[in-house]
Amino acid sequence: MSQIPLLDVAELSKRYVLPLPGNPLTRMVHRFRKASEAAPKLHAVDDVSFTIGPGETVGLVGESGCGKSTLVKLVSRLLDPNEGSIRLDGQELTYTPSKNFAKNPQRARIQMVFQDAGESINPRYTAFDAIADPLKRLRGLSGQALQTKVEEAATRCGLPLPFLSRFPHQLSGGQRARVGIARAVAVEPDLLILDEPTAALDVSVQVVVLQLLQRLKRELGMSYLFVSHDLNVVRLLCDRVLVMYLGKIVESGPARQVFERPAHPYTKALIAALPDPSRSPAERVRLAGEIRSPIDPDPDTCRFYGRCPRGSERCKTVMPMLADIATDQRVACHFPEIWPA
Amino acid sequence: MNAPSAAPLALSIENLSVEFRTRSGVVKALESVSFSVGKGETVAVVGESGSGKSVTAYAVMGILDAAGNVTAGKAMLGDLDVLGASKNVLAGVRGRQIAMIFQNPRSALNPIRRVGQQIADVLLCHANFTKRQASIEAVRLLEAVGITDPERRTKAYPFELSGGMCQRVMIAIALAAEPSLLIADEPTTGLDVTTQAVIMDIIAERAKATGMATIFITHDLGLAAERADRIVVMHAGHVVEIAPTRDLFAAPRHPYTAELLAATPSATSTLDSLSAISGTLPDLRRADLPSCRYSARCKRKLPLCDGPLPPLGAGARSGVACHNPLASPQQTLHAGAVA
Repeated sequence: MSQIPLLDVAELSKRYVLPLPGNPLTRMVHRFRKASEAAPKLHAVDDVSFTIGPGETVGLVGESGCGKSTLVKLVSRLLDPNEGSIRLDGQELTYTPSKNFAKNPQRARIQMVFQDAGESINPRYTAFDAIADPLKRLRGLSGQALQTKVEEAATRCGLPLPFLSRFPHQLSGGQRARVGIARAVAVEPDLLILDEPTAALDVSVQVVVLQLLQRLKRELGMSYLFVSHDLNVVRLLCDRVLVMYLGKIVESGPARQVFERPAHPYTKALIAALPDPSRSPAERVRLAGEIRSPIDPDPDTCRFYGRCPRGSERCKTVMPMLADIATDQRVACHFPEIWPA
Repeated sequence: MNAPSAAPLALSIENLSVEFRTRSGVVKALESVSFSVGKGETVAVVGESGSGKSVTAYAVMGILDAAGNVTAGKAMLGDLDVLGASKNVLAGVRGRQIAMIFQNPRSALNPIRRVGQQIADVLLCHANFTKRQASIEAVRLLEAVGITDPERRTKAYPFELSGGMCQRVMIAIALAAEPSLLIADEPTTGLDVTTQAVIMDIIAERAKATGMATIFITHDLGLAAERADRIVVMHAGHVVEIAPTRDLFAAPRHPYTAELLAATPSATSTLDSLSAISGTLPDLRRADLPSCRYSARCKRKLPLCDGPLPPLGAGARSGVACHNPLASPQQTLHAGAVA
């Protein structure tokens, strides 16, 4: 990892201020005293740092509610962080507020493929309009040049040209997924962020879309940030994987290594929860207990404490930090699994 | 029933056909679907979306859309054909003998009633409980599905609970009257893997404790492999293969089953080792649907395939609806012995 990272995310945090408890009168008194510090805050993303190298595919896994989507929105500059920096090729992106970022020249360099293309494509746009939109806005193309670019993107993504005149509801799930990918790669981004791109698809179509993504990466040299809760899919596509739990990254490392030798108890539990016909369900690890609240969490208690089979007094009083455990593999745990070399 | 089966049957679906009348023509959603579930058995129904998995369940429950129409077939629950039963009879069967868990618990639960009340409803309706007894039993049921602090949770509305908790509430409702058959329609789709494992454990545990039969509808072959005793594979409204789980995964016989397995990512597969299924599901509105609805996508098609399909047989415990199936392990074993 000696190369310069394409994306460098450092100490990124996002907190949502929640409505104050109590009746309207006490709330007003609070506001009057400017006691905004006293308002409860939901820590969606808490001090997250990672890098993505050129041409690298990084997987982001974790349960729903762990902050994956918030992190993705921060990195794709749809949301403003409270703290931290996002650098693309060394250029700081957080100086431009997210609402003005659409006009930033860097916008075209980070593109996103949203979950369920059936929901995320404007139903009144044909496939052509959907793919043409970012080309018009970000590249200023029109007329014949636009036509050529749209057709090129569609062909590259395996969407037959006659389908360009169809509306989303006239396309199958797999074809819609292709439109979603085509409109993101049309402006030739350096970083493509994929938020569960295959979650709404059948296995038979999923394979085709995953193979398409791998081919596009080879052809266009993009980097991917691939968000999924399907670990088997992440394993197929990703070079490196980040495991997130309640706003924090608890483990990171080369995908194969993390799957074969998970060090964090949470990663172990995630992998153990995958259906495996060769094991009987009884012999698997189960996470007991409930997820800790992300609202004003104790900064000194490990977020996994209470559900963790290895939790001890130390986990309650000292927050574990990400530290190297093996080559390229980092884990935030006081009692990580040590695998024999 | 010509062949004596090992266990008495909880439900036997025989030659079920369902059509939907739509503005763009009649959709032949199911055609001669037959399979059975023994008492205490877990049968998984797998297939792509649009293969008719949920329609089968809805037909059995008598909750098909108004445009849907059962054109032929029986679903025998003991001596009762639930497809021909009157509304009053069905009302007594549903909830008490057959219960169903729906996909997306958040939308299946009533959003403006407390979950405790919704569980108590089943008990008041089917189990002759008084209101007081029912609310006490609701707490016990919530506890049984692993909800912490059940007393407080009975007063919660669905929006106050997480997806996994809502699904537990649905299971509590479904199991309240101790049904003899549970139909679970994609019970864990949209839930996290860790929650999925817990939910499936709860269902399995309750099935074991009460001897309940389970029909478990899923598109996740990995999950089916882990949890089911037998698997029914559906494609475009046909049952194409029925086999015990181990046999199906060791040696799929129908070409479609084989392709489905080859497309499913597992712990050991690579992206290059997976292969997509060519073609798409046929348009079920066509008047001239081929007798084998897979034939247009099939790589093993014979001229014979245009003729009538080999029937699986009503009440069959295993079988394949194909003229040119892949070799079964016994056959290869036999061929090896001869050679």
